[in-house]
Amino acid sequence: MSELTLTVMRLGFLAVLWLFVIVAVQVIRSDLFGTRVTQRGSRRESGRPQQQAARQQAAPPQQRQQAGGGRQRRNAPTKLVVSEGTLTGTTVALQGQTITLGRAHDSTIVLDDDYASSRHARIYPDRDGNWIVEDLGSTNGTYLDRSRLTTATPIPLGAPIRIGKTVIELRK
Amino acid sequence: MSSTTNTPTHHTSTIGAIGAPSRRNTELALLVFAVAIPVFAYANVGLAIDDKVPAGLLSYGLGLGLLAAVGHLAVRKFAPYADPMLLPLATLLNGLGLVVIWRLDQSKLLQSLPNYFQAAPRQLLYTALGIGLFVVVLIFLKDHRVLQRYTYISMFGALVLLVLPLVPGLGANIYGAKIWINIPGLGSLQPGEFAKIALAVFFAGYLMVKRDALALASRRFMGLYLPRGRDLGPILVVWLMSILILVFETDLGTSLLFFGMFVIMLYVATERTSWIVFGLLMSAAGAVGVASFEPHVQQRVQAWLDPMKEYTLSQQGVVGHSEQSMQALWAFGSGGTLGTGLGQGHSDLIRFAANSDFILATFGEELGLAGIMAILLIYGLIVERGVRTALAARDPFGKLLAVGLSGAFALQVFVVAGGVMGLIPLTGMTMPFMAYGGSSVLANWALIGILIRISDTARRPAPAPAGNPDAEMTQVVRPS
Repeated sequence: MSELTLTVMRLGFLAVLWLFVIVAVQVIRSDLFGTRVTQRGSRRESGRPQQQAARQQAAPPQQRQQAGGGRQRRNAPTKLVVSEGTLTGTTVALQGQTITLGRAHDSTIVLDDDYASSRHARIYPDRDGNWIVEDLGSTNGTYLDRSRLTTATPIPLGAPIRIGKTVIELRK
Repeated sequence: MSSTTNTPTHHTSTIGAIGAPSRRNTELALLVFAVAIPVFAYANVGLAIDDKVPAGLLSYGLGLGLLAAVGHLAVRKFAPYADPMLLPLATLLNGLGLVVIWRLDQSKLLQSLPNYFQAAPRQLLYTALGIGLFVVVLIFLKDHRVLQRYTYISMFGALVLLVLPLVPGLGANIYGAKIWINIPGLGSLQPGEFAKIALAVFFAGYLMVKRDALALASRRFMGLYLPRGRDLGPILVVWLMSILILVFETDLGTSLLFFGMFVIMLYVATERTSWIVFGLLMSAAGAVGVASFEPHVQQRVQAWLDPMKEYTLSQQGVVGHSEQSMQALWAFGSGGTLGTGLGQGHSDLIRFAANSDFILATFGEELGLAGIMAILLIYGLIVERGVRTALAARDPFGKLLAVGLSGAFALQVFVVAGGVMGLIPLTGMTMPFMAYGGSSVLANWALIGILIRISDTARRPAPAPAGNPDAEMTQVVRPS
């Protein structure tokens, strides 16, 4: 075997060995994981199509249909706004999903409110795209305007829903 | 799914876990790479020695590939979220070791030695057994926390394993170190390699329970937190044990490994620097003390301080002296920066143990500084993944066990590489995965298996909260 071939192989082998090390380090670099903190707000408009796409995959087909119908109606609410209480200012876009309210950590809106139950109420669209609020057997009750809810009730646009010290309403 | 937006005066942020992907395909790609490199090296050695591609290239490549595939499939099935790096890194080291062992088998000089045998086929068999043990660990160790139940049993097991070589009739004194046992019909075994894992399990279980007492009850003195006298008990016991190993088995490496591992785990468990200071002082005192009266250790220290004199004595035929250390240093020296090329060095001059304890010298000569650095980096990456696993682990036992195992691995690499390169006195330990030796290969594959199991548990996404049929995919919204 000629000297040249062996030299090329020797250097080539070292190069391949180092290439492996570099690839391995790249894999480690891409493998970092943990928690991600996302600031919302200014990028809201740009972020929305992705979220919709994600939701369309995640939501059951039935709900998806309603969502499409609901959004296109006139006077249909597009967002849920917290207008009183510690969460004042928080907004949740209404995209056909069920919104749960309560002190439980997996609620859509986690209420930090001593008067709220852990699973207090839920808000969901019905078949026609109307948004319905339903009390889930809470201790202190859910109030729409000034009446305590007993059954699932459609929410008029802008009507205050009171849960403990928190007030939410649906807006266009 | 909901999107949260902020009003001009409020900032809303959502905190979501980025799920660790399973990365099994990355592992497969790396594994293919890790099998291809040793095949390349094998072809290179054959071309350099015999001017032709070795006849066994295909079968060797297929054999290694098959073993790697078995390991990969086992990980895919039994530990789907495990770290993608550990298996390819270990496979690469094992494959490179096989090539260099085969290369030393071809050496005319070594073939002329009386106790010569073809070591590469046996090493391939050990590798197969090692991967087998790796798969067995993955299958039967469903959750590493099970090991916690066997804290004291594993201490007892480790002590038995360590004492076995001293049992008359069972132990074998091979070249001055009594660390082997003879199993009739099966050959010899180094129980210390397995004791390493058992001791890591014991230390992890013990320290998990006792960490608070060891960490909190202390007095401050000259900037160090001194532990109370009664808390010094365990470290003294382990120290005494490692000294006894040194005296009765004359095995400096194992003794250093166990004590070092305990100090590392003690430090990780208690976050007290004083333990490291104590550990270093105690190991220094112990080593000096034993070296002052134990002739075998004394001789090793002499050979370390003046390898040239040792070499001259051995050339003059004085019994009990060895030219190995000096030959290893010469091998490193003649390798230079880029090495002589695989199959073209003269590291066979080391003669005895060229393919086990001194295998690193062959790498140093034939791949040079550049190659040795890459190999040490690969060892470093294994240790890094082990420590990363410890960071990601959610239970304290898993954390301590992962730190202990990767610390032991790192110490072993340091002790062997340092010994061969002349940084510390030479010890009778083997380079993990590379050196010829069944016990070492088996034990280290089991060690990687346990690390993969811990990393699988650590990286597995947390189970989703119990689904409310109405409220699926909700997202937590918190104002800042």
